[in-house]
Amino acid sequence: MGRRVLVTGLGSFWGGRVAQALEADPTVDVIIGLGTDGPTVPLERTEFVPADHSYSILSRIVKATRVDTVLHTFLVVDSTRASGQQLHEQNVIGTMNLLAAAGAPGSSVRHVVVKSSTLVYGSSSRDPTWYGEDTPRAAPVRTRIERSLLEAESYVHDFATDNPHVAVTLMRFANVVGTDIVTPITKALRLPLVPCIFGFDPQLQFVEEDDVVRSIEFVMREGAGGVFNVAGDGRLPWTEVASICDKRLAPMPPIATRLATAPLALLGVELPPELLDLLRFGRGVDNSRLKAEGFAYRYSSAGAVENFARAERLQRSVGPLGTYRYEHDVEQFFRHSPSVVRESEVDIR
Amino acid sequence: MPSTPQGTSQGTSQGASPSAALVRAPLPERVATERGARRSDVDGWGRSEAARAFARGLYDPFYRHWLRVEWDGLERVPTTGGALLVANHSGAVPSDALVIMHGIETQLRRAVYGMADDFFRAVPVVGTLWSRLGGVVAHPDNAYRLLHDEQQLAVAFPEGTKATGKRYAERYRLRRFGRGGFVEIAMRAGVPVVPIAVIGGEEAMPLVTKLPAPGPLARLPYIPITANMLVFGPLGIVLPFPAKFQLRVLEPVHFDVDPGQERYSKSRVMEEAEAIRASMQATIYDMLRDRRSVWFG
Repeated sequence: MGRRVLVTGLGSFWGGRVAQALEADPTVDVIIGLGTDGPTVPLERTEFVPADHSYSILSRIVKATRVDTVLHTFLVVDSTRASGQQLHEQNVIGTMNLLAAAGAPGSSVRHVVVKSSTLVYGSSSRDPTWYGEDTPRAAPVRTRIERSLLEAESYVHDFATDNPHVAVTLMRFANVVGTDIVTPITKALRLPLVPCIFGFDPQLQFVEEDDVVRSIEFVMREGAGGVFNVAGDGRLPWTEVASICDKRLAPMPPIATRLATAPLALLGVELPPELLDLLRFGRGVDNSRLKAEGFAYRYSSAGAVENFARAERLQRSVGPLGTYRYEHDVEQFFRHSPSVVRESEVDIR
Repeated sequence: MPSTPQGTSQGTSQGASPSAALVRAPLPERVATERGARRSDVDGWGRSEAARAFARGLYDPFYRHWLRVEWDGLERVPTTGGALLVANHSGAVPSDALVIMHGIETQLRRAVYGMADDFFRAVPVVGTLWSRLGGVVAHPDNAYRLLHDEQQLAVAFPEGTKATGKRYAERYRLRRFGRGGFVEIAMRAGVPVVPIAVIGGEEAMPLVTKLPAPGPLARLPYIPITANMLVFGPLGIVLPFPAKFQLRVLEPVHFDVDPGQERYSKSRVMEEAEAIRASMQATIYDMLRDRRSVWFG
C-alpha cells in the first residue's frame, strides 16, 4: 500500500509545489491538500479541501482519510504577508490544531514534517558564524514572526516527546530564492537600486526553491526524524548578491533605519524588522546534518542566487510568464466525471 | 595529533574506474549554473584574502618601522593543521591581534582568524572591515569549526576585556584566563594550544583613565583614554607609542584526551588553563628581565 499524505497550505506557494512533486511519486497513493485558497499550480490528482486558517476541521479530515504522513508547509515565514493576529492564528494555533489531530488516539499518522525557517535563530552581532541545529540563539526574540515560529516549534517538540512512535521532522529553511518565489528579498533584488544598510555588508545564505521541495520529499521518503537546517553551501556578502543580479546598492542610514526604509513600502517593497536585522548581521547555518542523512543539494548559496538572476534576465526579455488559476468546477470535472478516462483507476476499481 | 591534510575527504569518484565514470548519468543541466557564480573571494567567515593582502601592504611599514616587531620561536607555530594561538592582551586599544595575524600571515603564509568580542560587529564600517580582515566572533561553535572542521589557525585572548582595562601600574600581570573555555575547545577539536607571550603593548598604549560608554555605545565596556591619545590627539586611537614589540612563541601544548567529547573534566580544564597562564606569565617576566629599553628592546 502506498502512502497517504496530507499537505497543509495547498494554496500557498510551498503547498502547491510539494503537492506537484508528490504527484510524480508512484509510491504516494493519496494526496490531500488543505488550504484557505485554491491551489496556484495545476494539479492532477491532489484533492483540495478548503479550510480556515486555524484548521478546526483537521481532526475530522485525518480520521476520515487515514493519512499516514502530514506535510505542514503552511507556516508563514514572511511577515509582510500577514498581520500579527493572522500570524498567530496560522502559525501557532494552526500548528497546535494540526498536531492535536495528528496525535489523537487511534491516529494513523506516522510521520509529521514541519517547514519552519532559520528565522528562529534570529540575526544579531553575537551570533556564531554558523548556527547548528542545537545551538541556542544568541539574542533575545524581538520580532513577531520569530516569536510565532518559536512557539509553533515548541509545539512540535512537545508533540515529538509525547508521540515517540511518530517520526517528527522539523526543517528550518534559509532564505529561499528561485525562479518563481516572491519574498521581501527577491522583491528588493528586483528594484533598480537594491537597499542595503550603510557600513554593513552581511553574509547571507540561500537555498534554491527546488532544493526546498527536494529536501521535503527526501525526508518524507527516508522517514528521517529530527531537526534539520536546510541551506545551500557557503555564504555570500549582500554586495555580492547584488552584483550577481547586476544591481547597484542604495545605502540606508544605519541609525533610524526603519524610518528611512518606510517609504519603500509605497514601491511595494516592505522591509520587515527581521530583514533589516539580516541586512545588518546576516545569518549562517550549518547544513551538514541533512547532508549526513544523504541529501545532496543541487545549488550552493551562490548558485541559487545565480539561478534567480538568470530567471530575472529571462523575464526582462519575455515579460512575466503566465500564471495558473484554479477553477473549481473544471478540476472537479477532470477528477470525478465518469467521462474522463483514468488509467490509474483501472487497478483500483 | 594525526595530520589530516585539508580536503582529502572530497572527490567521491576517486575509486571508480574510468569506464564507470563514463556511464554515469550526466549531471542535471542546472548544476552547471554553479560555475563562476562567485564574484568575490569572501569566505564563509567574512574574511577576504584580497582585503587582507591590501591591509598587510598598508600595515607592513608600521609593523616594521614603528613597532619593529621581533619574533622568537615562530617555527613553533604549526604549518599544517589547526591550532589555537593564545596570547596576552595588552594596551587599552590592543594592537597585539593585528601584530600576531600580520606576522604569521607574512612569514608562514597561513591565514589567521582573530577571535574577538562581538562588539565590533555592531559598529557600521568597522564591523564589516573587521570581518573582512579575519575577525570572527568568539563563540565556541566558531572556534570548533575553525579548528576542527577547517583545521585553521585562530588566535584568542583568554583574558578578554579584563586585560585591556588594566591600569598602567598593573602592566604585564596576566588576568584570570576566563573559565578555561579555550582549553576545552582545543581538547574537543583535538588541536594544540600555542601560547604566545607579547611585550611592548602595555607601553604602546598606557591607559590613563576609563570613561563610561555613553548611550549609543552602551555595548562598549568603557571608553579608554590613553597617554598616546593625549599626545597624538584623535590619531592616538590607531597610533600607539613606538614601543618595541617582542613576541615569544612557547612550546605547543597537546592535550592527551579524546577529541570530540561533549564535556571535559572541569578540574582538568582549569588545571591546563592555569598551567598555560603560569608559563606565559613566567615567559613575560623573563622577557622583561632581558629588555633594556622599552623603545629599543
